[in-house]
Amino acid sequence: MVETPIRVNHKVGLHARPAALFVQAANRFQAAVRVRNLTTGSEPVDAKSILGVLTLGVLSGHEILVSAEGPDEAQVVDTLRSLVEGDFGGGA
Amino acid sequence: MGDLPLRGLPASEGIAIGPAHRFQVPEKTIPHREPGPFDDEWRRFDQARQAAGRELSELRQRLSQRAGEGEAAIFDAQRMMLDDPLLSDHVRRRLREGVSVEQAVAGAAGQIADQLASMTDELFAARAADIADVGDRLVRILLGRPAADLGELREPSVIVAEELTPSDTAGLDPAMTLGFCTAAGGLTSHSAILARTLGLPAVVGMGEGTLERIADGDELILDGGQGVVWVAPSASLLTEYRGRQADRRKQAAAWRSAAEGEARTSDGRRFEVAANVGDLASARQAAANGAEGIGLLRTEFLYLEARRPPPEDEQRKAYGEIFAAMNGKPVIVRTLDVGGDKPPTYLTFPHELNPFLGWRAIRVSLDRPDLFITQVRAILRAALGHDVRIMLPMVSGFDEVRRARELVARAETDLGKEGLPFARDLPLGIMVETPAAAVLVDVLAREADFFSLGTNDLTQYTLAVDRGNARVAPLFQPLHPAVLRLVRTAIDSAHGAGKWIGMCGELAGMRNAIPILLGLGLDEFSMAAGSIPEAKALIGRMDLEQARRLAEETLALATADEIEARMERFLGEIGWRSGA
Repeated sequence: MVETPIRVNHKVGLHARPAALFVQAANRFQAAVRVRNLTTGSEPVDAKSILGVLTLGVLSGHEILVSAEGPDEAQVVDTLRSLVEGDFGGGA
Repeated sequence: MGDLPLRGLPASEGIAIGPAHRFQVPEKTIPHREPGPFDDEWRRFDQARQAAGRELSELRQRLSQRAGEGEAAIFDAQRMMLDDPLLSDHVRRRLREGVSVEQAVAGAAGQIADQLASMTDELFAARAADIADVGDRLVRILLGRPAADLGELREPSVIVAEELTPSDTAGLDPAMTLGFCTAAGGLTSHSAILARTLGLPAVVGMGEGTLERIADGDELILDGGQGVVWVAPSASLLTEYRGRQADRRKQAAAWRSAAEGEARTSDGRRFEVAANVGDLASARQAAANGAEGIGLLRTEFLYLEARRPPPEDEQRKAYGEIFAAMNGKPVIVRTLDVGGDKPPTYLTFPHELNPFLGWRAIRVSLDRPDLFITQVRAILRAALGHDVRIMLPMVSGFDEVRRARELVARAETDLGKEGLPFARDLPLGIMVETPAAAVLVDVLAREADFFSLGTNDLTQYTLAVDRGNARVAPLFQPLHPAVLRLVRTAIDSAHGAGKWIGMCGELAGMRNAIPILLGLGLDEFSMAAGSIPEAKALIGRMDLEQARRLAEETLALATADEIEARMERFLGEIGWRSGA
């Protein structure tokens, strides 16, 4: 299993387009991916679920924990980290 | 009933007069049913999801034709929810507990909606409406109930509803809907935004209980600009409103019919009025509204929704369709403008403190010549037989134009070697949207064939005001004298070099800016298609000498407020009435 904390700096948090991009990216991999909101201390949800990710209520400045298990677990965690840390490209 | 109106929020301008159609919220009670075996119930859930997916695709298509891609995207979110693993997990768990599939779906969607609705951030709470909408749709399909279709009205009516979901509004039949009012909703709710896009008079947020005072078939006057609804109005009020409605219609019709012709000032000088376009649907809308060309074709639509850079052939086909829709009229294609607020998934953007001052637009293109050359090749190939020009976004220096030109030349050489047919020597121009470009137009003119002022970014960069930051939003003033003076400098320098200069920022379509821009000598005005008829009419009302005096006078003023006040007075003096 691979696990990493990531800080979300995007101004709307994990919502709208950023949330959709996050879920779409997770869905491109085989590994099972879970994500929790460390800032609010939420339970983990399926990172491939838009509804799950929305219910985390991740706002700008929150920290999330992404964990993956499966053949491409390292790649999916890397991809999600660069997506979030790249601020989803900057705006949106 | 006396002449006292019901009051709400003015969601969308316009007057609607006609019978009320009370939109009944569809029956939502779920009859009790003993569930069958799990597999049978689950199969029905799967089938319902497929049927719902088809309905959503159909709604999406209807809406994108009428209101554009942005509005239609709401149904993409609902489609994602339909196949969401969280929803299916909840449904599965409830089925195991031994309830029927319709009860399982209603319970699951309701639980997730409640969870989202309870979140303090209103953006998240707003998504609750989407999952609730998805749940209602599935339950309705499972119970075999017909869709409550607002498209089935038999006479033109004013829709009266507790609230309208995105699916309800998308299903409105434009020929039968005069306008609508709702008890719930705010000025930024989805139905309010959609009403403005469709030009449908609307009042929202009338409050609980007010709608009980309206019966099906009651004669109504709905004044969307004032946010009031009159029930069973007196004869004199009806006469007054019919008169106002007729005036507005006459004006709109006059503008529209004039829009088919060229835009000329009263003393005969011709100005081009073009449209800003973002996809094929908006290109068609532009042609229908009298656009004399496309002053800005944004190409991001090909890049942003894709999961990989769009291949050359796919781009060539998409551009070709848009060029053909314009039927020989000129089209200015802006090369990829990503970065800042518009990141595609397949480009890794560094974390930037200031994305608007960072890696975007021409800077990305020059660093990724593979992407740029693919796009240029597609444009050159699609342009064969059409009047097409290429425009570079966010230029801040001379070298950028020269390097881009070299890449275009390389694309031409390659295409020639490969023996593929393409259009040669397309004009290559630049957007003037940085202060640097504006003051350097005379120099840039050595490499650029034409110019177009992008005033949204030009305003942001000139005034150092982030246009997405609500705190400083009042400082974002396109009519700021500093912005207008840069515009003047750019126009004068372009003309000094014998080059054509247009404008494709919002300023070009604003009635309080057009007279000034005429006076400054702008060659082309490119704007949202809906603004074209009024802009052409306004140009026809002006004469050049009057416009020049006005430009000189306003550019000498000290603040944007003074300029706006002067323009309001001017529009009053020439008897210009806003909105139709």
